[in-house]
Amino acid sequence: MNCTESRQLLHAQADNELDVANSLELERHLQACAVCAAEREAVQSLKKALRESPLRCNAPESLRNELRRIVLGRADRPPRSLFQSLLLWKSLAFGAAAFALLATLTRSGISGRDQFLEEAISGHVRSLMAEHLTDVTSTDQHTVKPWFNGKLDFAPTVKDFAAQGFPLVGGRLDYLNGRAVAALVYRRNKHLINVFVWPAANNAISGVQHLRGYSVISREAEGLRYCLVSDLNQQELAELAGMLER
Amino acid sequence: MSDSEQRARFEQLVLPHLDAAYNLARWLAGNDHDAEDIAQEACMRAFRFVSGCRNPDARAWLLTIVRNAAFSWLKKNRPRSVVSIDNDEFAEIEDQSGAAGSFHSADTGTLRAALESLPLEFREALVLRELEGLSYKEIAEVAEVPVGTVMSRLARARRQLQKTLIQKEKV
Repeated sequence: MNCTESRQLLHAQADNELDVANSLELERHLQACAVCAAEREAVQSLKKALRESPLRCNAPESLRNELRRIVLGRADRPPRSLFQSLLLWKSLAFGAAAFALLATLTRSGISGRDQFLEEAISGHVRSLMAEHLTDVTSTDQHTVKPWFNGKLDFAPTVKDFAAQGFPLVGGRLDYLNGRAVAALVYRRNKHLINVFVWPAANNAISGVQHLRGYSVISREAEGLRYCLVSDLNQQELAELAGMLER
Repeated sequence: MSDSEQRARFEQLVLPHLDAAYNLARWLAGNDHDAEDIAQEACMRAFRFVSGCRNPDARAWLLTIVRNAAFSWLKKNRPRSVVSIDNDEFAEIEDQSGAAGSFHSADTGTLRAALESLPLEFREALVLRELEGLSYKEIAEVAEVPVGTVMSRLARARRQLQKTLIQKEKV
């Protein structure tokens, strides 16, 4: 290998794009050629500088809102509180990853049973991505519960489980399975949990399901159906489900 | 595909990559205002053709649309900025004989300015590789060039960037 080839290939190697055979040959050349070896170090420090500088520009909110307005026909949301924003950004990284996974695994033909799961998970993911986690933000159950009055044809039970490590974040109205439902938002460390609540129906699915990295737990208590969705592990989510039932 | 399916696919496949789309548009256009116009137009195009998008490639697929939208926009509004650099490949062979050398440190502003001063196709390759983390194969798809060209563009782009940074250090 001569220097001209080496100068090109060391970039591919720094990018982990060089095959083994060429890599070995390049290593041999770099051991013998101090100039090329120095060049490789220079490339690596340049890559490091680029990686560590905040050069990436994120899409402005105005663009996101405009696209949602034009394509999805949804109006802009009012500005969020700082606390909400912080919470949202923490969850957004996860949301994006989950969405990528969702996108990878989504099949065009969805069975009726999975349709509900799809909807529940979409509702959860949308709440994290659509700047619309909560309509009423409060850790106080006595504020969240009355907020639902007159907005739904049933009264969801709202309890705060901060003492057990599941603080209430707030609530919002959502639409699931063809009807308006209450969505209660809880937090477990950095994970957000959506608890969808609506009056129990006979044909609903019960149990625990795991789909695309999300846990979905469906339970019934006192005539209400609870559907918990989160990227939280199944055990901890079941813990919250148990508390809601009581 | 029904309207609601189309919207659902847009939400699932396009919106998660909006930051990547905007970032590419921003680096190609060079300012916020034009980047927003380009990214928006590209996303509207993505919405129209979202039925043809395959899930695992959604990001590269969207970035290809952004790239095309940006180049069309640039050709129309700033024709002089769109000059292909691949024609002077021969001149580059000589250029490779000497080492580019290493710069010592560069703050974000300096790096940003140096990256902005690169020719369009070099800037594009570096942004896709270093800021978006695309593979050579994906960059080849987005920029519509062979993988070998991606490798050579990245090598030349970094060399030019190093030289610019060293010059700035000397000043």
